[in-house]
Amino acid sequence: MTARTLFEKLWDAHEVVAETADTPAVLYIDLHLTHEVTSPQAFSNLRARKLPVRRTDRTFATLDHSTPTDTDQLFGKIPIRMQSAAKQIHEFEKNCAEFGVELLGLTHKQRGIVHIIGPELGLTQPGKTIVCGDSHTSTHGAFGALAFGIGTTEVGDVLATQCLLQRKPKTLAVNVEGALPFGVTAKDLVLAIIRELGVGGGTGYVIEYRGSTIRALSMDERMTVCNMSIEAGARAGLVAPDETTYAYLNGKPHAPQGAAFDRAVAHWKTLPSDADARFDRQIDIDASTLEPMITYGTNPGMSIGISAKVPTQANDEVHAKALAYMGLTAGQALQGQPVEFVFLGSCTNARLSDLRAAAAIVKGHKVAPGVRFLVVPGSQQIKHLAEAEGLDRVFIDAGAEWRESGCSMCLGMNGDLVSRGSYCVSTSNRNFEGRQGVGARTLLASPITAAASALAGRVSDPRSRLTA
Amino acid sequence: MDPIRTIHSRTVVMPSSNIDTDQIMPARFLTTTTRDGLGKHLFADWRYDGNGQPNPDFILNRSEAVGCQILVAGRNIGCGSSREHAPWGLYDYGFRAVVSTEIADIFRNNCLKNGLIPVVVDESTHAKLIATPGSLVSIDLEGCVLTLPDQSTVPFVIERFARYCLLNGVDETGYLLSKSAEISAYEARTQL
Repeated sequence: MTARTLFEKLWDAHEVVAETADTPAVLYIDLHLTHEVTSPQAFSNLRARKLPVRRTDRTFATLDHSTPTDTDQLFGKIPIRMQSAAKQIHEFEKNCAEFGVELLGLTHKQRGIVHIIGPELGLTQPGKTIVCGDSHTSTHGAFGALAFGIGTTEVGDVLATQCLLQRKPKTLAVNVEGALPFGVTAKDLVLAIIRELGVGGGTGYVIEYRGSTIRALSMDERMTVCNMSIEAGARAGLVAPDETTYAYLNGKPHAPQGAAFDRAVAHWKTLPSDADARFDRQIDIDASTLEPMITYGTNPGMSIGISAKVPTQANDEVHAKALAYMGLTAGQALQGQPVEFVFLGSCTNARLSDLRAAAAIVKGHKVAPGVRFLVVPGSQQIKHLAEAEGLDRVFIDAGAEWRESGCSMCLGMNGDLVSRGSYCVSTSNRNFEGRQGVGARTLLASPITAAASALAGRVSDPRSRLTA
Repeated sequence: MDPIRTIHSRTVVMPSSNIDTDQIMPARFLTTTTRDGLGKHLFADWRYDGNGQPNPDFILNRSEAVGCQILVAGRNIGCGSSREHAPWGLYDYGFRAVVSTEIADIFRNNCLKNGLIPVVVDESTHAKLIATPGSLVSIDLEGCVLTLPDQSTVPFVIERFARYCLLNGVDETGYLLSKSAEISAYEARTQL
């Protein structure tokens, strides 16, 4: 048998009907995650065609995008302030009830950001195909699952048939070697990878992140890397499953249990790319030369090392337009730039390890006057675990806001907004114009850079606050 | 969905590269539960000022943009989110084709499902189109050919099945439903 990549093994195992010149493959979807924003029109389509959800046992629903992170609104003590969001949430509850889809509703203890709870509940597993009406579905690829974002029409297709029509993408190996230097995190690594590839460089490819640096990452860190694959244009990012993966999944509620777990591991061990498998394209990244990264522009590829200066690019209109929007000047340092907001959250960086890393910096200090520091755990379970360790007190005592889980300030559609013209150091995934609110100026960075910046009130190098 | 064969229209040119889905349809308009009426929010943050008044410099607020069905955009249009609200807004506004040197993956897929033709052209054709906003262009979906104002023709590639669906006004859901026997057999075979 010819050598195959991890991606090819996943693809082959899910072909219901193989592709031909005239027709794409019919690809079976093992797990469909849904949320309130990209599904209403899909359910309407089902209703219009009088179709049921084919596999309710493979469909899970949560509330995250337009869901408030304010405790009183979430738990119904006061009405949800955004009426359109309240209506959307209510419609989703109705749709899930009518079609028999399990919903982790507003007050459910397991509710959270869709890409955080899939892994946390053990729904996300190696070898699966996973889709969701959200581009950051690539997160789940960290487990060696083929996971990608789809539009609402396709959400309807999967609800109705558990399948999608797909052309086979190409494969791109991103080989990362070298130890991450002191103070350099998985977020910094993926920002460096996106800068290398460019925001469209991965279009048409599925990335497999490989190499000793990737193998040394925890599952949380692998998820941060895979999460941002789409920011380089790649619909999916993969990491081959290994002992780290199995250890993470062992005991998770939806993971196989007991002997079934051992059988699953035996299967998962067959998934990694064969030694002589060929990729359509490869790039090499030396992690040992990186420093903490931060973005200066209006797409995630526009990033620099934190001690570097904003680059000069003569006759580049996009660059000039981005700097004008950001209110920055070519040649200036970003370090020291005053900020009004800091956001620690999102499907990229709101896991327990992210909160711990930030809390270790914040502990015993105060958020700088004039800075609003929002800390939003990725799920209710993470919130609960963090509170059990006292992390909430660390943030609250420092002057930060401690919220209920949700997408929050990653995208301005749930009431958590950065005000016009303000700078926000954000651990989220996109610095597009207006993403965090009309006129908001986003600086993407790691949780520790965010924490250090919140204390300083300025963009700040986290290494100065870390003890080696 | 109405069948599409040819589009003959003047172009609207937005030369910026990496026009992302948050620009095409800002997140605050995603709390809708229908797909209708999104055209008025298209490019909202570029199109309107802080008081909701039309920004006179933005191309869609100028008289020459009225009735144009072809959007020529800089490289990598549609990067970012999977929100289908972006193509819904473009279609509702009146666009029927998006032309660029590079079109982001999920956005391109979403366009194909909503009667918007994603046309990828070479750099030199793109440069001509960018340099001549408002030029009259034809897009023939059946022949996969774009005709420039000087009558020169440029071939483009559209995935064959998606093209068939657009030409015949059929949707892919119906095709997938017709495969239910194969899907059931797959589920039985893999014991799902």
